[in-house]
Amino acid sequence: MSAAASHNHSRLRGWLHRGFCAAVLFFLVAPVLVVIPLSFNAEPYFTFTEGMLRLEADAWSLRWYQNVLGEGRWLPALGKSLLIGSGAALIATTLGTLAAIGLSSPALPGRGAVMALLISPMVTPIIITAAGMSFFYSDLGLGQTYTALILAHAVLGAPFVVISVGASLSGYNHDLNRAAANLGADWWTTLRRVQLPLIAPGVFTGALFAFAASFDEVVVVLFIGGPDQRTIPREMWSGIREQISPEILAVATFLIAFALLLLAAVNWLRQRDYAGAS
Amino acid sequence: MAITLKRWDRQALGAALLVAPLAIFVAVTFVAPLATMLVRSVYQPAVAEALPETLAALAEWDGGSLPDEETFRIAGAEFVALNERRALGSVATRVNRLESGMRSTLLGTARSLAAETPSASWREAMIAADADWGAIESWLAIRRAGEVITPRYYLNALDLDRGGAGEIVVQPEDRRIYVSLLLRTLAISIAITGICLLLAYPVAWLLAHARPRRAGLLLLLVLVPFWTSLLVRTTSWIVLLQNQGVINDLLVTLGILAEQQRLALIYNMTGTIIAMVHVLLPFMILPLYSIMRAIPERHMQAAASLGASHWQALRRVYWPQSLPGVAAGSLLVFILSIGYYITPALVGGRTGQLISSMIAYHMEQSLNWGLAAALGGILLLLVGTLFFIYDRLVGVDRMRLGG
Amino acid sequence: MPARKIHSTWQSCRWLGLGLWLLGASAAAQTLTLVSYGGSYGRSVERAWVEPFMAETGIEVRMEDYNGGLAQIRAQVETGNVFWDVVDLTTPDAVRACDEGLLEFVMLADLPAADGTPASEDFLPDSRSECSGGGLVSATIVAFNNQQFPDAPPSRLEDFFDLERFPGRRGMRRVPIANLEFALLADGVPINEVYATLDTDAGIARAFAKLDTIKDEIVFWEAGAQPPQMLADEEVVMTTAYNGRIFNAQVLENQPFTIIWDGQLQETSGPGIVLGTPRLEIARRFIEFMSRPESLAAISKYISYSPTRYSANAMVDSHRETGIAMGPHMPSAPANMKRALISDWLWWADNGDEMNERFAVWLSR
Repeated sequence: MSAAASHNHSRLRGWLHRGFCAAVLFFLVAPVLVVIPLSFNAEPYFTFTEGMLRLEADAWSLRWYQNVLGEGRWLPALGKSLLIGSGAALIATTLGTLAAIGLSSPALPGRGAVMALLISPMVTPIIITAAGMSFFYSDLGLGQTYTALILAHAVLGAPFVVISVGASLSGYNHDLNRAAANLGADWWTTLRRVQLPLIAPGVFTGALFAFAASFDEVVVVLFIGGPDQRTIPREMWSGIREQISPEILAVATFLIAFALLLLAAVNWLRQRDYAGAS
Repeated sequence: MAITLKRWDRQALGAALLVAPLAIFVAVTFVAPLATMLVRSVYQPAVAEALPETLAALAEWDGGSLPDEETFRIAGAEFVALNERRALGSVATRVNRLESGMRSTLLGTARSLAAETPSASWREAMIAADADWGAIESWLAIRRAGEVITPRYYLNALDLDRGGAGEIVVQPEDRRIYVSLLLRTLAISIAITGICLLLAYPVAWLLAHARPRRAGLLLLLVLVPFWTSLLVRTTSWIVLLQNQGVINDLLVTLGILAEQQRLALIYNMTGTIIAMVHVLLPFMILPLYSIMRAIPERHMQAAASLGASHWQALRRVYWPQSLPGVAAGSLLVFILSIGYYITPALVGGRTGQLISSMIAYHMEQSLNWGLAAALGGILLLLVGTLFFIYDRLVGVDRMRLGG
Repeated sequence: MPARKIHSTWQSCRWLGLGLWLLGASAAAQTLTLVSYGGSYGRSVERAWVEPFMAETGIEVRMEDYNGGLAQIRAQVETGNVFWDVVDLTTPDAVRACDEGLLEFVMLADLPAADGTPASEDFLPDSRSECSGGGLVSATIVAFNNQQFPDAPPSRLEDFFDLERFPGRRGMRRVPIANLEFALLADGVPINEVYATLDTDAGIARAFAKLDTIKDEIVFWEAGAQPPQMLADEEVVMTTAYNGRIFNAQVLENQPFTIIWDGQLQETSGPGIVLGTPRLEIARRFIEFMSRPESLAAISKYISYSPTRYSANAMVDSHRETGIAMGPHMPSAPANMKRALISDWLWWADNGDEMNERFAVWLSR
């Protein structure tokens, strides 16, 4: 085989590889984005009308957005989602950060087993978790309450915090603790004044993850939430199951914007984390 | 030495104190609910609490011939008393699961006995009210429904049951669903894991060996769907795949399909697989990427300079080094897919359902909570085993979120 | 800075606590939760019953949607956690729920017709359980989109099962009720032998075998609002549906739909009160209000369901928005009743659970 042929070969391979990757990335991203233009459809259809493709002004409209804002269903749902999400994220972040700091200490006995326990809510099938919780909280008389939902979402969100803070801590220099101790700082002061500020990006990332996990959670809400706890995912769920209306696309567009915002925030935090670690 | 030991102990104590709040929180709000569910899968006291005297009388009974007059009288009186408290209905529903028709037999008999208390033989009066009381199966069903601790739900979850003599028998053909559904779930999960690996490997490679700026940009493309609400992504797939959806419309407009030939891409197994691959793909790409980033590209170049073809170098040099990433990604995707519920429930239609949908069905529709709990227990065992393997092979502390 | 942070965390804890307390307090106020079927029927209930009731009594009513069945009610009663108060039930569900002790008894003794006829003589026979109030007559029918069959439209129930003459996907409710009856009728079982046939194992097998013939072409729906949507979107060419939903799509949205008044299943429904609700008093007031003949008649201004009280039937008039005379669109109109199957609620009360289970097995295969 001549060198030129082999070179051609590898260029072809390179193009094929890149083409394949482009197709996969397209498969990942395009479905997320397709709902955005469709949410401006003037007709109650889920596909592009001819008018839309010809870019006629009256084929596009904001009517579904008006419906979403006008109908008394989505705004209260947003409030409920925010309440549950922030409550859950607060608990998950507090407990998760402390746990991650503890787990980062090589002195902790049975570290692997504890870690597996703390991560387990993330990998347990949500249907099992939800079934167990619905028995548990109704036995306790806490069914259909915000308390139950916040606790449930907190335990589902905590693994994200443990992992994210743990990642931040893996770049943390434990000599700093010793240095602080040598300077006379007690354990609590060291935690507060040395460790926490340095891992703050990881903590915030974890909090965002925990909030996002709650903000998108529907199965536990279906199983232990009552008529008071109709969150956005719950409304989306019944919308998708029962009468998918273009309103859902408008809500979806809003949620995509929200996801992009979260992604940007996490990205920014990660860059700060690297900056802090180096 | 003594001082270092003490210091080590204090550090361990401090670390344990930091971990304790979350560990306790997880134990109370997560482990305890799962334990409640597992208890429910074998412990069902409702019928035993409702019919104590009848069950005590039936405990003496040989099960071979009809119970005696005394048992009939005790049972009949207890049914009437329960029905007056409006508590017979839930008992009847439970007995009916073991022997169809017992719901109306119990409620109807209680009503006619209340209307006219038998003056002579309760046995004759009850058989006159409903001929089912003349059948041994009815009494066996009541006795079995009264078992407080029972393996019944686990047997049912494996398409088994107990015969009249307590022996284990296979369910009749028209009631066998769970084993085949479980196998189908495993097969689909393997298929999804395979597809994800196939799609993810080249992409992770590209990410790992691209220039940092470009890699960062491409990584964002992987993370956009990862961060987007699952329900939004499911909505997108409905919009794309449905009969009058974007893809079918496109194919018809381009003349590839005739109007009558629109493809059934959703509300079946195809829909479940497409949407689940989309949801789980980032979970495959990210672990692969983080392992591949550490594989120096010059290994491939070295192999090539030694005369290996590209494929040989890939297979013998690169692939073995990427195996930890393959294992991590595949196990994670497999674990997540066998318990998946939301996507199949929304886009799976009739044929695209997995075992999780049966748990939901028995939780929400049939209210056979014992069976739901037993199916959950089996699924939990499966996931727990895989999670254990994952921990041994990969280590849970290697889990990363978004690269 | 960390001290400030902890302080602010503490602050947000307090706000969260306050928020929880406020939400709890607002839920404790007497709001009646009325559970019904949503969509255009739900809107009719809201305008005919809920709004006038709130105006008369000042009691707040919150509406929830469900898709029939007893599962949620059973779950609430069994766990002692009742958050639904009044539920709109089909008669077989109401009978079963009443038997099982899931509903409060409802006495209509003090609710005579305007001319003094006692309530007990004013109701259609077998239209009410001991636990439900006055209700409506509706029908599960087969409907199609005219645009799909411009030349030879389907006209009989049998056509729903005829894939050769009428190819295309069919919508069907994801429950056995109505579907088993339709299957037997289409398979040639005479209308008065349907339930006797279903009472045998062979009859049930026959019904499922008939359903098997169209199984691959079925798209299942759960909420009553779905079938008109599926027809409009051309997701299906024909579907089973509640007649009122199709009527509303015809008159309010000008949809080119046709109802096949042949072999339809006529059903009745009425509201019940979930046993153990802490809001029993206002729940009883609501049942009393909506069981009045004029209330029952009022709903026919919005949807083509007729009252289960004779005295209310006399008040049925025309559609509020379009002025269409409602009589001919009712399931009880003689022209529509030529081959109507009256639902045997007793059979369904007895066999509902088993049929649901067999249907679930059938679906999963």
